[in-house]
Amino acid sequence: MIAVELRKLVLSPRTWITIALLDALPTLVAILLALTDLGPRPGTGPAFLSAVLSDGSLYPLAAIAIVLPLFLPAAVAVMAGDAIAGEAQGGTLRYVLIRPVGRTRLLVAKLVSVLAFVVLAVLIVAATAYVSGSALLGNQKIATSVSGSTLSSSQVGWRTALALGYAVLSMLGVAAVALFLSTVTDSPLVAALGALALLIASSLLLTLDAAHELQPYLPTRYWLSFVDLFRDPIQWRNVVKGTALQAGYVVVFLGAAWANFTTKDVTS
Amino acid sequence: MIRTMALTKRFGPLVAVDHIDLSVRSGEVYGFLGANGSGKTTTVRMLLGLVLPTSGTVELLGQPMPKAASKVLPHIGALVEGPSAYRHLSGRRHLALHDSMGPGGARATRRRRIDETLEQVGLGGVDARPVKAYSLGMKQRLGLAAALLRQPELLILDEPTNGLDPQGIREIRELLRALNAAGTTIFLSSHLLTEVEQLCTRIGVLDQGRVVLEDDLAVLQAPTGRAVIRTPDGARARALLGDRVAWYDDGVLSVTVSDVAALNADLVAAGVRVEELGPERRTLEEVVLTATGPSADRVESA
Repeated sequence: MIAVELRKLVLSPRTWITIALLDALPTLVAILLALTDLGPRPGTGPAFLSAVLSDGSLYPLAAIAIVLPLFLPAAVAVMAGDAIAGEAQGGTLRYVLIRPVGRTRLLVAKLVSVLAFVVLAVLIVAATAYVSGSALLGNQKIATSVSGSTLSSSQVGWRTALALGYAVLSMLGVAAVALFLSTVTDSPLVAALGALALLIASSLLLTLDAAHELQPYLPTRYWLSFVDLFRDPIQWRNVVKGTALQAGYVVVFLGAAWANFTTKDVTS
Repeated sequence: MIRTMALTKRFGPLVAVDHIDLSVRSGEVYGFLGANGSGKTTTVRMLLGLVLPTSGTVELLGQPMPKAASKVLPHIGALVEGPSAYRHLSGRRHLALHDSMGPGGARATRRRRIDETLEQVGLGGVDARPVKAYSLGMKQRLGLAAALLRQPELLILDEPTNGLDPQGIREIRELLRALNAAGTTIFLSSHLLTEVEQLCTRIGVLDQGRVVLEDDLAVLQAPTGRAVIRTPDGARARALLGDRVAWYDDGVLSVTVSDVAALNADLVAAGVRVEELGPERRTLEEVVLTATGPSADRVESA
């Protein structure tokens, strides 16, 4: 069933349209930077964006920092929200289940498919950004860490790989919440909007001092901690916390999705 | 093939299906009749394990559902509340994808099975256009093809001729007859009495969640013991037959009679011209309407 879901992912035009749209923003930013040569001042704007004017090989990171706060999670919420509810709305869920496909198996396959989408999206965004960064932006290999020391290009390479991995990981919480909502409602729109509402609330509470006690548990709290991978030495603390937090969301919401879906009357 | 015992489903305070006992035997074409909202679809969904019963049991092919779903369902083809397919795929591709999802559909034979089944349902020449461009009738045929793809022992069909034109309905009827003759048991859920009357050997009637009637069609439509006479001399015939007339309606009389030939002789002797004379049979519509209450989608004013 996993193979079938992956085939569906690849065959669906929506997958590629979503990724193309996701890719458009960092590409536009690269073009604007190249034309105007106006980078944000260091310490402002999305992470790494001030550095890319001199070193384009950092642009994949900047691209991830651009899509991570809103574009990528929105795409993930749409894909995961569509997972079960989309089949329900399209009327195909009942035929999948009587084929028969076990409900747990279907849920796992959907999760793997969403995960594959995130990996695919992140890789494509990073690859396009690498191309546009090398072609349009600076090519002095003077990558410096956030702490100021110089990084060799192999160091930049594997730290970038780690950062991409962390970006994928950061999306798992949203994916799990959207997947859970997808088993609750028969409308993919409601599921996606529900997950997005959680993210917006989380981003808002992060700026609110009164919500201080809640902040370590908010799903978006450690998203941008991948920047810590570019300190010298690497600061693992928040990366590890972020990973643990995402794992917590995955366990709780996937558990809820499973409990709900396997005992639910399918009336769609 | 299908057996339910005290099968019940409640949605909150609403009892959608109320202690129904059905039995469908091997080789039958079973007509499952009921008005909209009578619980037909909920029952079909419970048979297939989509809706979980509140109480009672379902057995398919002698195995308990939904426990044995993975063993039983590969031998069953079903159409539940209209067909549906992945809209952006072509019919063939949809069938291939659907076939590859579960057990019982060997990959080696897939292409051949798809071609044969499409031919069977009258879509043999279908091209690569996506399902979303299909007409309602074509979607219905595709749904039927999906149900037939693995030569199931049992077909559970909910309104299979929905959206088809009269020729299409006839084609599908012939197809189902042929499948039944080849040994497939068919459970046909419908509110179209004529469809059921022409195809089924046994019927069950559902009314407000209860089975109010389950019998062979031949028994239900057995002669009533009365004769129907059509005559232009209605008044004279009524005078002659007196209280043996069960009902009279504009030149048509229903008469309680044991010997139809003698009755005819009497009528002719009395100078009553007889246009038509035959045993009275109840139509399926009469049978069903007698057994059921008012339509479930009627909303009476207080």
